[in-house]
Amino acid sequence: MSGSKQRAAVIGVGQTKYASTRGDVSLAGLVREAAYRALEMAGKQWSDIDAVVIGKAPDFFEGIMMPEIYLAEALGCVGKPILRVHTAGSVGGSTAVVATSLVQAGIHGTVLTLGFEKQSESNAMWALSLPSPFTTSINAGAGGYFSPIIRRYMEYSGAPELIGCMVALKDRQHALNNPYAHVQDHELTFDKVVESPMLWDPIRYSETCPSSDGACAMVLTDETGAEAHDGAVAWIHGTAMRSEANNYGGRNVVSPKASEDCAADVFAQAGITNPREQIDAVEMYVPFSWYEPMWLESLGFAEKGEGWRMVESGATKHEGGDLPVNCSGGVLSTNPIGASGMIRFAEAALQVMGEAGAHQVDGAKTAFGHAYGGGAQYYAMWVVGAEKP
Amino acid sequence: MRDIAVVASMQRQEKSIDNESEVEYMVPLMHGVKESIGITQADVGFTCSGSSDFIAGQAFSFVMTVDGANPVPPISESHVEMDGAWALYEAWVKMQMGEIDIALIYGYSKSSGGSLRDVLATQMDPYYVAPLWPDAFAIEALAARQLIESGKTSMEHLAELASRARDHAASNPNAVRTKAKSVADIMAEAPLMDPLRPSDIPASADGGCALILAAGDRARELCERPAWIRGIDHRTDAHTLGVRDLTTSMSARIAGEQAGVSDDKVDFAELYAPFTTSELVLTEALGLGDDTIINPSGGALSAHTMMASGLIRIAEAAQRITNGDGDRAVATAGSGPNLQQNLVCVLEGE
Repeated sequence: MSGSKQRAAVIGVGQTKYASTRGDVSLAGLVREAAYRALEMAGKQWSDIDAVVIGKAPDFFEGIMMPEIYLAEALGCVGKPILRVHTAGSVGGSTAVVATSLVQAGIHGTVLTLGFEKQSESNAMWALSLPSPFTTSINAGAGGYFSPIIRRYMEYSGAPELIGCMVALKDRQHALNNPYAHVQDHELTFDKVVESPMLWDPIRYSETCPSSDGACAMVLTDETGAEAHDGAVAWIHGTAMRSEANNYGGRNVVSPKASEDCAADVFAQAGITNPREQIDAVEMYVPFSWYEPMWLESLGFAEKGEGWRMVESGATKHEGGDLPVNCSGGVLSTNPIGASGMIRFAEAALQVMGEAGAHQVDGAKTAFGHAYGGGAQYYAMWVVGAEKP
Repeated sequence: MRDIAVVASMQRQEKSIDNESEVEYMVPLMHGVKESIGITQADVGFTCSGSSDFIAGQAFSFVMTVDGANPVPPISESHVEMDGAWALYEAWVKMQMGEIDIALIYGYSKSSGGSLRDVLATQMDPYYVAPLWPDAFAIEALAARQLIESGKTSMEHLAELASRARDHAASNPNAVRTKAKSVADIMAEAPLMDPLRPSDIPASADGGCALILAAGDRARELCERPAWIRGIDHRTDAHTLGVRDLTTSMSARIAGEQAGVSDDKVDFAELYAPFTTSELVLTEALGLGDDTIINPSGGALSAHTMMASGLIRIAEAAQRITNGDGDRAVATAGSGPNLQQNLVCVLEGE
């Protein structure tokens, strides 16, 4: 027997309102808020769900070891399988990929997948300042790790100094069209971004993701389920995951090989040869503003050293851009870490379903969801389309 | 389903591994298991692992360990915050799609750095139960009390299970509690967490396990007698204390039915049973009879490496199939208080 891959599709997306503190709900309440909305959009009941695949970033963020054990009842999975994924910052994307594989492999017909984080329970910045035994920790937060890499990018690309500020303003303005987004700053201007405090040179306060509470869920189903579904459907055209070592001789830290390999894999599956032409909407994991031009190059949307020109020309804006990036406001506006990757995947699905509301890209047929994690060493990506592959 | 088999495994378990980090002691297992069948990471289509940040005492602890898999050039890889048996399940699912033929699985933990029974209290409901800090032995003692009072077992019967585990462990070089002890001597032990005695609770260990899955003819090339996965399924029970009957396991029963445990005679079973009481519950839930040898390795009672013990059960069962000690085996993995979550895997030789 050679095995076979079935088609899979998203038929429901649910998100919580994201905020710095969701003190109004317990953890169980938070995940159910997203799960209910996903089930409602999919027209499904808890009893229609065959399995749950859940992802989140480190358990230390909430101080609960393997919280999915406690969430068994809240997620309606008593008597059912629940699988818990953890692949660093890419986890929300990886979780969706694992859930997809359960449908593609023909194991389950309908799967609920969910990513969450309740970062108000702790201090994520220090949780991300990894103290390793026998090693002096010189990082304060993930920004401390990524800022030297960004400086490397600025140096080799010759990008103007304020490109990052342009990305930050764009994503924060996009967020105003997304009622779920955490940061909703109607008063923000380019000058205010530029004048915001420098946290990790060259990353300013306003070029940094927030720390959020929130959850995102999707209902995935097989071909039969998707065809029988009344509402909009996002067909999954490709999924890929790649990992590489954190540090090795000759590693390209600006455009890691794992990023390029992962993109090549997922685009090949989806039949995409010219991503900039063929993809209508991008939801990319940009926790620090400069990662937009960096990923545009690494993923093949721009030539090497030219990604910043797309930012400068407005090509990645929702209004008037030919490759709208992060119309939801992105990670820069909402960052419950364990959910952030899934939000990218789910927002890509909403675009091709035509269900993205005020941040809908007109006529989007093909969209790309992207997540990364660790020291830019873990990647998860998917391509979704309005048409059956 | 596509035919997938365990073709090799390697494990290490010790009471405490003091002078090596998890990465240092996992690298020889991750590479040794590949070398044992003459493959390299380049032959591996998917790598998947299971571990816990809470036990490691560090966020993103698995990020360090993946370097040991030699992910240069980049690899297709994933991680579950669960026992390595669920990493094996994820790999098995991925292999069903027919795109990859070989997967590397590993699971590990080094719990000797803290008090595992206390650490596990942080798995409980964070609002109503965890603040009371009920440790893992206390939670299982509730099940033990129910089992005894329901007449399903007795202190003497549990002592028999504990004594037998020690006998079996004597021939297992990876077991850490191997000293023989008679039923009478176990009966004489003072309870540690009433009614559980020291011999009823797991012998905690540091360590890990690495294992290779291969599909179809590739498995036959790599192993003289592959241990074929004929069924694999996992389920969860409710978490809330008081809503479950702790004398039975619905999750193990359903997973066992789905995996097809009762389709044929089971020669032996490697059950993830850290307590004598968990062995009792699992044996009944899976419908295993007197003709099945239970835990020939000594089981998790004799060496309990969190995050790897379930994967080690599969490795132990597969090794016995490969050795020709039997034709059909059941292995289980578990997680959570009172074995809230169970995975059941049926393995067969050809």
